[in-house]
This record gives sequence, C-alpha cells and structure tokens, in this order.
Amino acid sequence: MNAGLRVEGLCKSFGGLQVTRAVDLDVAAGERHLLIGPNGAGKTTLFNLIAGDLRADSGRIRLGTVDVTRESTAHRAQRGVARTYQIVTLFGRDPLLHNVKLALLGRSPMRWRQWGDFATDAGLRERALAVLESVGLDAKADLPLEQTSYGEKRRLEIAMALAQSPSLLLLDEPLAGLSSSERTTVTDLLAGIPREITIVMIEHDMQAALAFADRITVLHNGEVIVAGTREEVVRDPRTREIYLGH
Amino acid sequence: MRRLLLVALAAAALTLPLWAGGAYYVNLASQVMIAALFAMSLNLLVGYAGLTSLGHAGYLGLSAYISGWLMLRLGWGHGAAAAAALAGTTAMAALFGLVALRASGISFLMITLALGQILWGVAYRWADMTGGDNGLSGLTRPSPFGIDLGPPDRFYFFTLGVLVVVAGAIAIWVRSPFGASIRATRDQARRASALGFNVWLIRWLTFVVSGFLGGVAGLMYVYYHQFISPHSISLANSAEMLLMVIAGGPGTLVGPVLGATLVVLLKNLASAYVDRWVMLLGIVYVLIVLFLPGGIVAGLDRLGTRLGRGARLPSRTSEAPAPPGATEASH
Amino acid sequence: MSFWLIQSLNSLALGGVLFTLAAGFSLIFGLMRIANLSHGAYFMLGAYVGLSVLDQGYGFGWAILAAGLAVGVLGAVVERLILRRLAGKTLAQVLATLGIAFIIADASLWVWGGDPRPVSAPGFLRGAMHLFGLTFPAYRLAVLAISIVIALGLWLLLDKTRLGVMIRASVDDMQMARAMGIPASRLFTIVFCLGAALAGIGGVIAAPILSVYPGMDADMLPLALVVVILGGLGSLAGAFVGSFLIGFIYSFGQVLAPNLAYFILFLPMVVILAARPRGLFGRLSA
Repeated sequence: MNAGLRVEGLCKSFGGLQVTRAVDLDVAAGERHLLIGPNGAGKTTLFNLIAGDLRADSGRIRLGTVDVTRESTAHRAQRGVARTYQIVTLFGRDPLLHNVKLALLGRSPMRWRQWGDFATDAGLRERALAVLESVGLDAKADLPLEQTSYGEKRRLEIAMALAQSPSLLLLDEPLAGLSSSERTTVTDLLAGIPREITIVMIEHDMQAALAFADRITVLHNGEVIVAGTREEVVRDPRTREIYLGH
Repeated sequence: MRRLLLVALAAAALTLPLWAGGAYYVNLASQVMIAALFAMSLNLLVGYAGLTSLGHAGYLGLSAYISGWLMLRLGWGHGAAAAAALAGTTAMAALFGLVALRASGISFLMITLALGQILWGVAYRWADMTGGDNGLSGLTRPSPFGIDLGPPDRFYFFTLGVLVVVAGAIAIWVRSPFGASIRATRDQARRASALGFNVWLIRWLTFVVSGFLGGVAGLMYVYYHQFISPHSISLANSAEMLLMVIAGGPGTLVGPVLGATLVVLLKNLASAYVDRWVMLLGIVYVLIVLFLPGGIVAGLDRLGTRLGRGARLPSRTSEAPAPPGATEASH
Repeated sequence: MSFWLIQSLNSLALGGVLFTLAAGFSLIFGLMRIANLSHGAYFMLGAYVGLSVLDQGYGFGWAILAAGLAVGVLGAVVERLILRRLAGKTLAQVLATLGIAFIIADASLWVWGGDPRPVSAPGFLRGAMHLFGLTFPAYRLAVLAISIVIALGLWLLLDKTRLGVMIRASVDDMQMARAMGIPASRLFTIVFCLGAALAGIGGVIAAPILSVYPGMDADMLPLALVVVILGGLGSLAGAFVGSFLIGFIYSFGQVLAPNLAYFILFLPMVVILAARPRGLFGRLSA
C-alpha cells in the first residue's frame, strides 16, 4: 500500500508553550522527505504527533486518504506507520531476534494467538532472520541486545521498522552517534528501501541527508519556515539564516 | 539435567503422602499449593504484565464468598456454585480492570488497593449476607465423581491436579505469541504501541484472566478451609500475596511457587522455632528487594551458573523481566 | 441538633488525626514519588511508643515528643539504609516499604502484645467543655486544635523557611532543583524523617480516640491514601481539605449508613484516580 502523508494546520501546546504552530506537511507517496531545523524546533514532537504518541490540539493528519488524527498509535501502526526513536527504546533484555519477531508480530493476526510457542515458531524465526540479514545483523541474532554496539542497535531499529511492512517510515535521526563506516552502511541501507515506502526523516548530518532527500521542510520554533525541493530549500536565504543566525 | 529435576519433582509430588510424615504435612502441602495458585494468578499481572496490584485478595475472597453463600443459603450444589463464583469473579475483574487500567504505576497500585478495600468493606459490613466478621462457616468440600475429599491425602491430590492444570495453562499462555505481547507491554509499552500492539486491551485481558485464576484459587481456599472470612480479602493478605510473587521471582513460572512455599513454610514451620516469622519474612523480603530483584529464582539461577551445572530453571532472560522498577520509564 | 454538632466535632477531630497521617504521606510522595506503604505502620508505632511513655508515668506531651523522635529517627534510618540504595527505582522503593511495614507490625506485636490498648486522654482534657450552651468532649477539641497548629507549622516551614523553599522547588521540578545545587539526597532523608515523625505524632494524638491495636497500620494506610488521592498528591493544602472531608464522610457514614461506610469512602477515591489522576488540588499525577 502506498500512502502519502498530509499534515494540515497541526498545533500542539504544552501548558503555555506552543511547540507546534500550524504545521503543514505534504509528502507524496514514495517520496523521501527531510525534516530539518535547529535543536528545539519541534521536529521530534511533530513525529510524535504523526505517529500518535501525542494528541494534536488542532489540525489534521492524513495517511493517504484516511484521516488518522483521532487514532491511537497502535491503530496508526496497523495502518502502516513505523518509526524509529532518538533514544534507544528496544527490548533490551531480549535477543535481537526476539526484537525483530515482535516487530513482525505487531501487525500479524498471530499476535492474538493464545497458544503455540512464540520462541520456537519456525516461520517467524525464518522471517526475522531474513530481516536481520538485510541489515547485516543475522550473525548476532541470538545475542542479547545489551551485548550489541550502539551502531548495531540503530541498525536493528531500522530493521524492526522495516519488518512492520510500513507504508510510512518515520526516521528520527537514524545516523546520530554513528561512526563514519556505520554511517555509510546505514545510508546505503536507506537508499535501498523500495519506493513503496514513503520516508520522512529527521537528520542533522546534512551531507548524507541532503543526498537522500527529494523534498525538504525546515522547522524553526515549531513552525514551517521553508518547504520545497532540495534545490529550492538549499538556495533559500531563510534556511541559511536559521542555521547561521541573523 | 533439567528433565531429571522435573521427573524427580513429579515423583516426589505424586508420592508425597507416603513420605511427608503425617496428615499435618500433607495438609501443609495442600496449603502451599493453594498459595501457589494465588501467587501464580497475581504473577500474571505483576510479573508478566508489569502491573503491581495490591487488591488481588479481593478475587480470592469474592469467589469464596459467592460459592460459600450459594451453597449455604440457597443450597446450590458444588458445581453450580463454583461456576457462578468464577463467573462473578471474572465479571468483577473485568469491571475493575476497566477502572484500574485508566492509571498506571503507583496510581494503578492505589486503585487496586482501593478496589480491594471496597470488597473487604462489603464483606465486613454487610453482615446479613456475609456473616460479617464471623464469615461463613460450615462449608463443605466437593465430591467429584462421588469421591469424598475430606481426608488430607485425597484433597492433596485434588489440589495437585488443579495446580498442574492451572500451571500448564499458564505456561502455554505465556509462551504463546499473545504472551510475548504481554511481556512487550511490560518492557516497553510505548514501543509496543508503535509496533501495533493494543497495549490497553492486552493489559485488560491479562487483568481478567488473572482475576479468574484468583477466583479458582479462592475456590480451592474455601474448599480446604471450609470457611471464609473478611480477613482473606484484607490488605494484609493482598500484601502477603504480592510478597510471594516478588520474593519468588516475578515473571517466571517457578517463582510464584517458590514464593508461596517460602511464605507458607515460614508461617507454619518456622513459627515452631522462630517466634517472629512475619518479621523474618519481612526481612527476607526486603533483602530480596534490595539485593536480589529477580527473586529466589534469580538467586538459584546465579547459583546454578556459578556451580557450573547446566541446571537452569525455566526462567532465562526473555521470560524474566527487569527487576521491579527498572522499566518504569515505559509507563 | 446536638447530634449533628457532636458528629461534626467528631468529624473534625477525625479529620485532624487524618491530617497528621496524610500530611506526612503527601510530603513523602510529593518529594520522592514514593507511596510509603509503611506509613500506617509508623502511625501505629508512634501510638505504641506514646503508650509506653504514658505507662511509665510521663505526661502526654512527653509521649508525643518521644513518638515523634523515635519514629522520625526510624524513618531516617530506613531512608538512608534501604530506600537510598534503590534510588531511581520507585516501584522497588514502594515494594521495600511494604516489607518494612510487615517488620514494624510484627515487631510491635512482639513488644506490646496482641491486646488492644485503650489510652486515656491527658488529665486536664478528659472532661467536657461547655461552649455555646453545648457539651463537647474536650479532647476532641484539643485534637482539632493540635492538628491546626501542626498544619500552620508545616505551612510556615514550607513557605517561610529555606528548607521549605528547597522542598517546594524539588517537588515542583526535581531536575531544575538539582541543577541549582539543592542537595536532593539530604532533602529526601529530612522529608522522610519528617513525614514518619508526623505519622508517629498522629498515632499518639489519635490513641485516646482510636486506642492502639495490632492491625491498626492496615486500617490507617488506606485512609491516608484516600485523603491524599482526594486532596491531591503532593499538595499539603489538599491533604488538609481532604482530611476533613474524609473525616466528615467517615463519621457521618458510620452513623447513618454503617453498611456502606467503606464503599462511600473508597468509591470517590477510585473515581477520582480514574478520572482525574491529580486529585482535587494536586499538581502531580501519581
């Protein structure tokens, strides 16, 4: 299922502080959209709103043609929204394979089955191994998460997000904290994601991200300052202003 | 190695009346098993779902009272009374779950405590129905297939049978994909949602099943003691159950059994040598919370690894949760 | 008419007792986020300590002092030796307090035996007082007065002293408070000690009304919870209002609808927790 993302006039405040001001976002199906802005611009908050972790005060979020503004996170996940997080929130005490299996289970009707052995289910194990293979982690499948490096954890997160068979992938700083070789691995991985999946990505690493993006939205203080194709945004003087100060 | 242990355990359990040393000890074994039933039901909530409840004795009491009252006052048979008791208790658990699951963490703890207190208050005050402080006495044990369960040996095997069935059912349930999803909601609730799991529904279902099994334990309790009083629904009792689960090892299959054994044996045997068994229990429990967060199971696990034998209990990493409190951020 | 007045005074007296119980709980929860499940046990212990002091022939004032000191010190010890080791793991801390309740309860049973012990009010408060043409039990008036004094004292402490400012800042925003150099650990010990002491004092004050008996801890803890939930977690003003509210509900409930008394007490708590986790005045959710 190929779905674009449409956000209209999204607003959110905490107490008296408005963190998202009438944000519009228009992502075509299959597009690679980059979300940039200085720290505190409200990028992760926007992700939380799109994914359903936060309830918007006003505005609309549309996945393809479906209005998901009032739906829960789990519901949106069932519709094909998958995301990675800035902070590692994986199932730390479980092996990598278990993590991926859970990601596969989330959208499968099997998740309601009250019998059978989850740990040894052959079909699930096979699929999970395939997913790990696609990110080069299959050798570590049975290692507990605590024994993997930060870079491997981030790769695992992407693997899990892909395992959800998403139509919309929200990546929150997928390259943060990675060594340069890890960065190359992940960038290649991201480049290889089929166009059936729409991607919105928050990133600070301009070099890698810019090459990746079709269109860019620049956020500052919770509102959209510039939006457009990569060339348009890069050329726009306001973009430079935001990053270099007035 | 593990298989050997299980076989030995099964053999010991099946022949217990022969070697236990008298009716007193056979009865004690029955009490341990009934306590284990409570602890196992509570463990589903506390250990597997990560929801610490302090009102679980309520289900025990409710089931016992319904069954007792129906038989005593309306002359119902055991089967019908048991069915009604379980239905009523499960319905109450479903209702309580709706309320309690609006909160999490400490709030959840306090709501479950309050709900348990309400049940206790009703049992205590509504003397016309419940006999008040005196409770209901003169209750009888069932006679499945005409077998009189009066003698300790017979009741022991009856209880053993129930325990094995319940333990087996729980084992299957927690190993299932649904069981894995329960643990996922415990470890990273937010992440579980993002993966598509309906966290609330999973928790509510666990709450209901936990209540149902508490009701089963309640029936066994009232059959054994042939008596029920408000004390069984008291906060003290709920707390004792929680102690069993935490001390034994939350989130494991064996933990609640070990915890129940600890408490019941301390209560009955240690009290012959040690006057202050409650204080001892409290101290052991605090020490466990401080130094051995995975309970006795974790301790045995560590001992086993240290001794180099492969005698691992069925409680390894993906089943046992992080120590209580370590994963609170996920609420 | 006098029935209502007498019951009202009983309600106020009970409210006063509940306040000393709940204030400590609220302080501890507000600052440390720990639901102190041994709070009822501290209350009971204080009552027993006071009882012993009275048995020895000393006056009521000494009983109150001894109880406050003994339980306060115990609280400080518990906090430093046990709770601090579990810093950051609130659930584990709550579970630990449960175990401590067991220990204190059993120790009390050991030392003071299993019989309920009635306690007489101090001599000069034993009679009745005549106000507005009506007769009131003097002790109940005194309890009300004492609880108001304690409330005022706490308010002064929190509002006017440096310690109080630090406590309030930490309750509001622990991160910020730490960043500003407020010694959180030391504050925790002080507040836990204070909270326990308050409970202990409350136990002594309540003794002539409730007497002292094993199991009292399990009776009092749910009441403290109801008050604090109703009034709002972390709010002393809330604990004050909540205590008297519950005092009225409980006293009148006992007389007018004894069968439903517990129901009336806990149902509102459940409803509030479910609907508005902050309570009436609270600024924190549990």
